[in-house]
Amino acid sequence: MTLMKWPVPSCIGHFLKDRAMIKAKTLQDLFKRYRRPGDLVFALTFFAFSLFLLATIDGQVTWHKGTRFLAQPAFVPWAAVICMVVFGALHLLSSLLSPRIMGRLSEMGFWLRSCEYAVWFMIYVFAVPRIGYLFASILFAVILSLRLGYRSPKMLGIAAVFGVAVVLVFKTFLQVKVPGGLIYEYLPTAMRSFMLTYF
Amino acid sequence: METFLSGVELLMRWDVVAALLIGSIGGVIIGAIPGVGAAVAIAILLPATFSLDPIVGLTILLGIYGSSMYGGALPAVLINTPGTAVNALTTYDGYPMTKRGQARRALSLAYSASFWGGVFGIICLIFLSPLLALIAPHFGSREIFLAALLGIILVVLAHRGQVFAAGMLAAFGLLLNTVGLDVKYSQRMTYEQTWMTGGFDLIVVVLGLFALSQAFLLLTDKDNTPEAQPVEGALFSGMKELWLYKRVATVAGSFGVLMGMIPGVGEFTAQFLSYTYARKTSTTPEQFGDGAPEGLIASEAANNAVPAAAMIPLLALGIPGEALTAMMLSVFYVHNVIPGPNLFQNQLDFVYALYLAMLILNVIVIVFLIFSTNLLTKVIQIPTRFLGMIILTLSFVGVYSLRNSVTDCAIASCFGILGLILKRLNLPIVPIILGMVLGGIMEVKLRSSLIRVKEPLDFVERPIAAIIAGMIVLVIVLHIRTLIKEHRLRLAGEDTDHDLHDTQQG
Repeated sequence: MTLMKWPVPSCIGHFLKDRAMIKAKTLQDLFKRYRRPGDLVFALTFFAFSLFLLATIDGQVTWHKGTRFLAQPAFVPWAAVICMVVFGALHLLSSLLSPRIMGRLSEMGFWLRSCEYAVWFMIYVFAVPRIGYLFASILFAVILSLRLGYRSPKMLGIAAVFGVAVVLVFKTFLQVKVPGGLIYEYLPTAMRSFMLTYF
Repeated sequence: METFLSGVELLMRWDVVAALLIGSIGGVIIGAIPGVGAAVAIAILLPATFSLDPIVGLTILLGIYGSSMYGGALPAVLINTPGTAVNALTTYDGYPMTKRGQARRALSLAYSASFWGGVFGIICLIFLSPLLALIAPHFGSREIFLAALLGIILVVLAHRGQVFAAGMLAAFGLLLNTVGLDVKYSQRMTYEQTWMTGGFDLIVVVLGLFALSQAFLLLTDKDNTPEAQPVEGALFSGMKELWLYKRVATVAGSFGVLMGMIPGVGEFTAQFLSYTYARKTSTTPEQFGDGAPEGLIASEAANNAVPAAAMIPLLALGIPGEALTAMMLSVFYVHNVIPGPNLFQNQLDFVYALYLAMLILNVIVIVFLIFSTNLLTKVIQIPTRFLGMIILTLSFVGVYSLRNSVTDCAIASCFGILGLILKRLNLPIVPIILGMVLGGIMEVKLRSSLIRVKEPLDFVERPIAAIIAGMIVLVIVLHIRTLIKEHRLRLAGEDTDHDLHDTQQG
């Protein structure tokens, strides 16, 4: 019985399994999860990171004389790192003992592909103080929409209107702290202060 | 009564009324869009609420928290896609009803049950508040430390099947909170990097893990446009039908209240207990999973009773039980309103105002939904990659407006990638956030409690501390016992839908 009618991305597709009835027998049963491809890579990386922290923590914390052990500023970092190493090792062990799930490389490819959008985000961050929040938002929304494959004037128009709306809500109305753009300096005085305050 | 009226007075302001409308209606819309949940919306709006009065800011955030689950029922019923993670159980009975041509009935029941659960939760808490005001002052540093420790343990153990992962991520959260300058102004875990001296801001981490990760996920994945058919007919009928199932709705609401109050437990457990109860007591248990109205009611009444109850540990003890209340805690701190025993003792009117606001929110939401469901079916049709662009653009305001720091944005991006990986692996994000927040509380309270603790047993010399310590031991013992029992019975997950309790938090 297929209840799915429309294709959905995997991020929300987890929910769309065929379900004739709830099958969990116990509360514990309900909360179990299957592993997904790439689990071992993450487990290994996390464990290696935890070991690095354990190897270097001594130089990163200070034990103060005359302070009780539990009140030492070094106590919580040590406790956290030890827990990371112990739980990380157990998680890695359970990953190693579990049957291999195919698709590890393609999953890592997905992780790497997502970095492109982190770069897009940082470009937006660098653009705002230079060309101003309003222009940066409009350009970001429209150019990113183009990159995502939206070509219709309707979608690009919506993206541009969305860019303007965000600025109007957050900067003009809510007055959140976003600096004015450097290019506003080239505007006439009256216009400049208006743009700096509201856009 | 005087305190209660004073609470009412706090709400009689135009900005609070505006916050009520924005929070409730905004929350429904956000909840209805698959891929965006209350966590993403609250993370983005958090810094914007800092400039508002605490009651205004918290009303908006509470509105989003409380009403997103109403909205989440819409796509769960119509297109078998839960709008928020906690609406997953609603798809079990809601969608089969839609397939049978009973979409209007299913939606109407879902809204009515949500309203029942929401209002039931708030009424319980309004009556519980005086009691809490009596108990809360008995919580000193030791008790709060132990309660926070219990919260962390419960969060880890609640992630059944992934306890190791939850444990290592909670420990990572604990560690993140320690980065920066310690109480004696020595560098701690900074690796001589100046950008780490200020530590990791909770909001930057939250925005990265919840909002940016969701944006990256939607942007990287294939595009999709969910489609839903409009619903014909009036949606009032569910109220009458719900009356037939008032026992199930009330029991589900009670489970929601109980589970909401326990840190680290929350909606999923409440829903499961309610659903199991509804099925066991039903005259037609075979219909469950195939369009049973009781199943739908149990799921929706239970999850909507949780938000009000989740405010209990936050307001009474200053201990958030899950990620959303952890975010709200920062709003309190920014305004120098410190939740905890003193809040219940000295500002009970503020607490009442919050509960009343939640009550009004539920009324606004139900009225809005009855008249605007067909409008919402259009909203959920936003293409998913376009939605990713929207979340990314909005996330910028959240991160950058905090301190105008490019470094914060870069840190948030890194946490965004980490959040994406965790979501893809179905590993939990919440333990990191609770590790950060509860870790900070635990460290401060442990240090201050040591002044009066000479021997280890002094820790549990007071009755409440002893009870909490006993609960910690009991929880761990029960967990081990269950593991052994489960191993013996070999209930190793046959025929189980493991993705129901998805760790993805929109």
